[in-house]
Amino acid sequence: MNQLLEVNDLVTSFRTAEGKLSAVRGVSFSVDKGETLCIVGESGCGKSITTLSVMGLLPSNGEISRGSIQFSGEELTTKNEEELRKLRGNEISMIFQEPMTALNPVFTIGYQLREPLMIHKRLSKREATQKAITLLDQVGIPHPVSKLKQFPHELSGGMRQRVMIAMALACNPSLLIADEPTTALDVTIQAQILDLIDDLKADLGMGVVMVTHDMGVVAEVADRVMVMYAGEVVEVGTVTEIFEAPKHPYTRGLLASVPNIDDPDHSMEAIPGSLPNLSEEIQGCRFHPRCPFAMDKCMEMEPPLFELSSEHQSKCWLQEVKHYDKQSATSS
Amino acid sequence: MLGLIVRRLLQLVLLLFGISFLVFMSMHLAPGDPASIIGGPTATESDLAAIREELGLNRPVLTQYVDYIAGVLHGDLGYSFQNNQSVSSAIMTRFPQTFNLAIASMIVAILIGVPAGIISATKQNSWFDVSSTTVALAGISIPNFWLGAMLILIFSVQLQWLPVGGLSAPFWTIEGMKQLILPAITLGTASAAMIARMSRSTMLEVIRADYIRTARAKGVRKRAVTWVHALRNAMIPVITVIGLNFGFLLGGTIITEQVFAINGVGRLMIDAIAARDFPVVQGTVLLVATLFVVVNLIVDIVYAVIDPRISYD
Repeated sequence: MNQLLEVNDLVTSFRTAEGKLSAVRGVSFSVDKGETLCIVGESGCGKSITTLSVMGLLPSNGEISRGSIQFSGEELTTKNEEELRKLRGNEISMIFQEPMTALNPVFTIGYQLREPLMIHKRLSKREATQKAITLLDQVGIPHPVSKLKQFPHELSGGMRQRVMIAMALACNPSLLIADEPTTALDVTIQAQILDLIDDLKADLGMGVVMVTHDMGVVAEVADRVMVMYAGEVVEVGTVTEIFEAPKHPYTRGLLASVPNIDDPDHSMEAIPGSLPNLSEEIQGCRFHPRCPFAMDKCMEMEPPLFELSSEHQSKCWLQEVKHYDKQSATSS
Repeated sequence: MLGLIVRRLLQLVLLLFGISFLVFMSMHLAPGDPASIIGGPTATESDLAAIREELGLNRPVLTQYVDYIAGVLHGDLGYSFQNNQSVSSAIMTRFPQTFNLAIASMIVAILIGVPAGIISATKQNSWFDVSSTTVALAGISIPNFWLGAMLILIFSVQLQWLPVGGLSAPFWTIEGMKQLILPAITLGTASAAMIARMSRSTMLEVIRADYIRTARAKGVRKRAVTWVHALRNAMIPVITVIGLNFGFLLGGTIITEQVFAINGVGRLMIDAIAARDFPVVQGTVLLVATLFVVVNLIVDIVYAVIDPRISYD
């Protein structure tokens, strides 16, 4: 079986002063071994919450209220904290956005790197130290032996993110979740980190879920792309399908808002408006207030995910006509 | 680190000059004449003049101060007006009791305050959190002379488990410990409450930090996340509060020693103030100030030990 992670109809909600709000509304996706899935969308669209739901690391007021998360055939939503803990850092690892704050400031790099090895692999301190040196070397940190004794504040952002990656990879996880791993880094370091993740993915045969809002990153690393808007999946497809034939107006908007240096005539367009508030109820398609192609139907009925190819789906009424054309063509 | 210690000790010298000057002046400017207290109600004006002459109180105040400081610099804190005992030996015989009381209260405060604050924070809004926050508020609000009296009533008079007062037995004996329990609780409660509140609020901040999520993402056990990853970070501001509370405790020993009839420095100071025994008042105040500065120096050193980002060089 090649499928590593399968998320079905995931709904994640938060208890707030305004009542129970859903940040993720029925999201489904899957990741195969050795595949990179990029989750794209504006800040606040539910990408990070989706990944934290998979990790079982939701904030204390959040909960998975519906849906299933299957990892290597095992259901995660019914597992207790202790069972999830044994998977975290071992089978499923996560890299966070902020290398500056994601490492504990009062413990050495060595201590923090040894931890997952000693917990999950039951290595002795000495064995874990040896492995930690190998890991630091693997992620391209010079002088790994002396780095072990250093504290996070003594390293640069890029180096810290490499340490985070080394920590995440310590136990050879089969799934790596990276939540905007390069957002806080310089552009030159960004490319190095992405290359590093890509190389390690190939070496270790991991599945990777990369959360980002940077289309440049998507183009570089993704096999498949999932576009999220206001807690929902609006379009899924292979990286070629998404970049060459984006179907959902939101995806097109995202692509149009990226500057294009190769095409001097390209004018950058912003998507008008902003993400709806979580508590805002929108009838019909959740994107229609910002959509340049919105029709009457969009304001009344929520569109389903239309199948455009075996891999490509778009949640937009614009696909309806083409969809039925295609269906009647296949049925006749 | 050595630089910090030297710097602090130099500051301490300046501070002691300032404090001794203030205390000296306020004692001399305040109403109340030591001579009339020593001479008693029957003393005549010429008796009083003779006493003043003998104690050197008839000289200009500044001259007296300069003489006093010259003595202090030679390690001589002067002699008590009341019994002519050397001030340093009076302090040295009483200091161990005060010191034991202060340390025991600090231990009570830390052992109750830190765990209560941490557990409150990790179980925010649970029954434990609500009751410990309420008890902490009560603990800060209760005056310790009242608390001491109540503890004596319950545990010494009613239940007769513990002695009513005194601190004569050495602290390492059973009797000494029994004598220390009630005063230490009396004095430590308010500090425990402050430490609990501080621990709770810094812990609440720390457990939401990114690195705590990282620790959980690595599969660190929940207990280790709280007591290893979070605690060490949360302790940094708590240690400041502990240091400041030590000064508060030293002040509190004065009242607690009265309530429990402990013959410590606090009582010595109170008696000396009542008798206008200037040298003894000076000596005890300087001692308390020195202790406060030294404890806060220790706090700064502990900072650097637990937080690698702090360096004094």
